[in-house]
Amino acid sequence: MELSGAEIVVQALIDEGVEYVFGYPGGAVLHIYDALFHQDRIRHILVRHEQGATHAADGYARSTGKCGVCLVTSGPGATNAVTGIATAYMDSIPLVVLTGQVPTPVIGSDAFQEVDTVGITRPCVKHNFLVKDRKELALTIRKAFYIATSGRPGPVVVDIPKDVTDPNIRIPYDYPKEIQMRSYNPAKRGHLGQIKKAVEAILQAKRPIFYTGGGVILGEASQRLRELVALTGFPITSTLMGLGAYPASDQKFLGMLGMHGTYEANMAMHEADTLIAIGARFDDRVTGKIEHFSPHAKIIHIDIDPSSISKNVRVDIPIVGPVDSVLADMLRLLREQDMRPDQQALADWWNQIERWRARQCLAYDRNSQRIKPQFAVETLYKVTQGNLYLTSDVGQHQMFAAQFYPFEEPRRWINSGGLGTMGFGLPAAVGVQLAHPDAQVACISGEASILMCIQELATCKQYDLPLKIILLNNGYMGMVRQWQEFFYESRYSHSYVDALPDFVRLAESFGHVGMRIERPADLEPAMREAFSRRDQLVFLDVVVDPTENVYPMIEAGKGHHEMHLSPDRELA
Amino acid sequence: MRHIISVLLENEAGALSRVAGLFSARGYNIESLTVAPTDDPSLSRMTLVTTGNEHVIEQIKKQLHKLIDTVKLLDLSEGTHIEREMMLIKVRAEGPDREELKRLADIFRAKIIDVTDTSYVVELTGSSSKLDAYIEAVPEGRIIEVVRSGPTGIARGPKGLSL
Repeated sequence: MELSGAEIVVQALIDEGVEYVFGYPGGAVLHIYDALFHQDRIRHILVRHEQGATHAADGYARSTGKCGVCLVTSGPGATNAVTGIATAYMDSIPLVVLTGQVPTPVIGSDAFQEVDTVGITRPCVKHNFLVKDRKELALTIRKAFYIATSGRPGPVVVDIPKDVTDPNIRIPYDYPKEIQMRSYNPAKRGHLGQIKKAVEAILQAKRPIFYTGGGVILGEASQRLRELVALTGFPITSTLMGLGAYPASDQKFLGMLGMHGTYEANMAMHEADTLIAIGARFDDRVTGKIEHFSPHAKIIHIDIDPSSISKNVRVDIPIVGPVDSVLADMLRLLREQDMRPDQQALADWWNQIERWRARQCLAYDRNSQRIKPQFAVETLYKVTQGNLYLTSDVGQHQMFAAQFYPFEEPRRWINSGGLGTMGFGLPAAVGVQLAHPDAQVACISGEASILMCIQELATCKQYDLPLKIILLNNGYMGMVRQWQEFFYESRYSHSYVDALPDFVRLAESFGHVGMRIERPADLEPAMREAFSRRDQLVFLDVVVDPTENVYPMIEAGKGHHEMHLSPDRELA
Repeated sequence: MRHIISVLLENEAGALSRVAGLFSARGYNIESLTVAPTDDPSLSRMTLVTTGNEHVIEQIKKQLHKLIDTVKLLDLSEGTHIEREMMLIKVRAEGPDREELKRLADIFRAKIIDVTDTSYVVELTGSSSKLDAYIEAVPEGRIIEVVRSGPTGIARGPKGLSL
């Protein structure tokens, strides 16, 4: 088969089994767009801004486990995509981002729409390529998918100069089936000796806790994690990124840990003697002040990425390997053992945890005349019963959703944890809805975040995506306002979002349904109506209490035991 | 502590900037860095000298290894090894200095490889500290230009850092 460079790009995507390409055309990628026009295997989704393309591909990837694919043009197309690439990089999401580049003879001449895409994206990709020879195209795209999806996943950029895709020059095409790279060999299994050591530590634990992260979801290890928790009877807490890997409704689940984690989760982390970290990376929002982090614990850390181990916190028993395979080995070794952990110690530990849990750290004023954001999230759960993919933007609403929406399954909670990208939620929901056309998909957002990628409402209209947008409108950049209240004596410097649009009419102008809800009693009926509109995007502008803060809270630089529970319930 | 790390890299465009970018992005020290293709033209060998505590060095090695272009890596400082750096130094050589600088080159087993009426270019190879010592020994005000390669190194013994 002889194909042009542009056709090779498209055929390679077909051979990778790509369903959707999220993109935006421009000069440098016009040959590729013409090749797309001549086929019907891949569906191209036209976004309204390249940032939206990367977030939509990201949402697709997070909700399916498959690789997300974007196609953008050179120069501003590529720079607009950078935020989305960095977002995916921080959360280890597999993306292949194809960027157009100016023709090879003019690279370096400051040509129209030229930027050094490989240089700009280098620090926020797992790897990137500039393809200068059409003969390298197929192999490079194969490598890009392999690198993006294997080991610790991440985004890979393939920068393609326009002349390389010239439709008039055809070369033989053969897509490589297998790929071997001498310089890249991610771990296939954990070291059995290390796993045995970890099992011994687990058997000797008196105050153990599982601390699990997004790696459990990325590594498809939710089932094994559930078995391991059931077998040991140990408590478990999760990072923001790991929610859903373990069912939130289970008694052994202590809720999220970290800066806005639950009292019981953070106190258990602080008092634990054995910490089993699985697919988590000891992020500063989780650990708080490192010197106070889990001071008594022997730490076991399972991660596919060796550089995650002992990066922030010294680990006693490191295990490098795919989480699922390591947990399988652990389960097997534990089942072969006759010994069980000290059951009396474990019972005492649970008693202690239940005393912490009894503090009800997530309590809020349920009699308020205003809609509390917590109440809004609880109502969302009441209406959807967990039968939902929920994307989020970044800020207070994100934390309230993480705290109050109990996720039972992996890949249901989709948010930008590492980079904290405002504007992520709406385009991510586009990708999620396309991946799951019959599922209920909602985006929880704030009036500040939503405006950062509001243009994607047009994409939703073009492809008839019946998302539900739950806007918790408090008239402030809520998390910024909260920090200013706590740490800057309530000087609300530029956190007040003046001149907000009329969101109902805004939604309507894009061809969607808008509703504004101001009273608690109206919320549930409105949500029920919104979800009953199976074919329409409904934008719920929910006016919430502007003074509400996210509790519990550990200030940056404090330890897990130094939590604020509420304005009148200071410290633990 | 000072470490000298050898890295075998795919000889790809941009591989060097990935390493340099890694050091600046993560705030690691880098004292010197040399790189050139090996006998296998698809591979480059890089030698870099860095400093940091044990924890930092461990992270540097892990992060270097994580780069997709990195094929193999060896911390030469962990075993016995040989280090060599080359220096080209141009000195003002006039009047009585000419003899003095010639003698100095002999003492350091350096070679004078370019001569004019007023200058020498001296080539000197050795450990970095030997090169430092030579610079110290040149009489005040006679140095016109100093070019140093940065250290390269190889482990002692029969085993090699290769594929």
